[in-house]
Amino acid sequence: MEPVILSCAELSTREINAALAALPDGASARVLEPRGRHNLAVGLSNRVRIDIEGNAGYFIGGLGDGPDVVVHGFTGWSVGENLQAGSVRVEGNASECAGASSRGGTIVIEGDASSRAGISLKGGTILVGGNVGHMSGFMAQAGVMLIGGDAGDALGDSLYEAVIYVAGKIASLGSDARIEELTQSDVRAVKALAELGGDGFGHVQPENVTRVASARGLYNFDALKDQKY
Amino acid sequence: MCGIVGLHLKNPGLQPRLGELLTQMLEAMTTRGPDSAGIAVYADRDPAPAPPGQELRYSLRSDETIDWDLLAKRIAAETGRDLRVEPLGPDSAVFVSPAAQTSFLAAVRRAAPQVTVPGFGRSMVVVKDVGAPAAICARYGIGGWAGYQGIGHTRMATESAVTTAHSHPFAPAADLALVHNGSFSNYATVRGRLARQGIRCDTDNDSEVAARLIAARMAEGADLADGLRTVLKEMDGFFTLLVTTRTQFAVIRDSFACKPAVIAETPDYVAMASEYHALAGLPGITGARVFEPMPEEIHVWSR
Repeated sequence: MEPVILSCAELSTREINAALAALPDGASARVLEPRGRHNLAVGLSNRVRIDIEGNAGYFIGGLGDGPDVVVHGFTGWSVGENLQAGSVRVEGNASECAGASSRGGTIVIEGDASSRAGISLKGGTILVGGNVGHMSGFMAQAGVMLIGGDAGDALGDSLYEAVIYVAGKIASLGSDARIEELTQSDVRAVKALAELGGDGFGHVQPENVTRVASARGLYNFDALKDQKY
Repeated sequence: MCGIVGLHLKNPGLQPRLGELLTQMLEAMTTRGPDSAGIAVYADRDPAPAPPGQELRYSLRSDETIDWDLLAKRIAAETGRDLRVEPLGPDSAVFVSPAAQTSFLAAVRRAAPQVTVPGFGRSMVVVKDVGAPAAICARYGIGGWAGYQGIGHTRMATESAVTTAHSHPFAPAADLALVHNGSFSNYATVRGRLARQGIRCDTDNDSEVAARLIAARMAEGADLADGLRTVLKEMDGFFTLLVTTRTQFAVIRDSFACKPAVIAETPDYVAMASEYHALAGLPGITGARVFEPMPEEIHVWSR
């Protein structure tokens, strides 16, 4: 089946999202001339493939529960925010808060992600081929992040049960984040994640990544002792 | 939420299009703040280097109908210096005067207290008003303006009232203009400190305090980058600031980078905006180096 063509030059965001939502499972669509448009391919629950042909704005693919979205360019803030299932792939860089609060599915950034990538992650998988900015993984509760490049300051601050693997350098760890020993199970997991990431993750050596997880010192609030915040 | 945009041209061939490009950028940011807007445009307005005691251009604006020629005569008489009037738009005018800046501003206050001076300088003209960017740009014909550098702001007020005086840019010193996305939290404290040094704000707006602070440091001899460092040191809050002087174009973000900023650079220009789609229509944008400034980094371009 030929992909449906939708152009941002002619259609409003609502019209595009309504047309995408109406596609039957297995269909595909190309969104042309996004020119930084926000909220494209948001809130879809059908199993479709969507190609966004250029640089896009905020919240691309957000709240998705099934579709596979590919952005052939870079994205603004909060790509794949609150993703439930399916995937969002960005071939360029992503701005802040990539994959924020996502519960499931896979977000792949082939380039760099900016600050607060994976903030409040609740179960999704975030793969970044390049670097991430400061406060990435902040308060991440569940799920996994693989960072192919370097991580900025305060990585994994106030982490809960999410795990962050970093192939490059870590500028600094956030409060209550710690580096843990890499097990064989981690190496297998990272190998699978890098394969899932595909292009842009070939340089990741699964046995040489750093595992960052919660030290669990902030799990119980104690106002009088050992304050770390 | 507010939207800020700026364009610093390196290629003089683009100068005739500055107003057109700036208008399109500002209109793209309307959704970030539709209540008021303003721009500062810099152009080489004097063919020869100005002599000592050089003229300054004062951008004037009034919500009431003003007989600008009559006001010009009164101010010329008060300051004892000849004065030229250049048309700017409805309810506004540019007065070009060689009088000392303090005596000119005092003369305006005495002669017409309802008139505000959004900005002044050798190269800079400032327009600001209440309303949506498209309407304001159309009313002043900004699309037809030429220049080498310009900044714009479209506002969603959070800290103070929606009036012309409270809108951006804030331009408290000659050829210095600031637009701000964010909010400062300790601005009353800093404003009090400035007041004790004899520096007064025209409004109760938080961004004006930052502009006055930078102007005060630069008056003491600091360069623009040092002025911006002072904001990092003395002011708390969220901010992406775009600040321009006659020769410089600078961007800074707070320590957490809470407010967005995208910069695009090509051999022809440096462009900055809150969101990429304001930049998407610029010539040659597909080949531009597009990046986000990191927290506390100071980016400065000079002509």
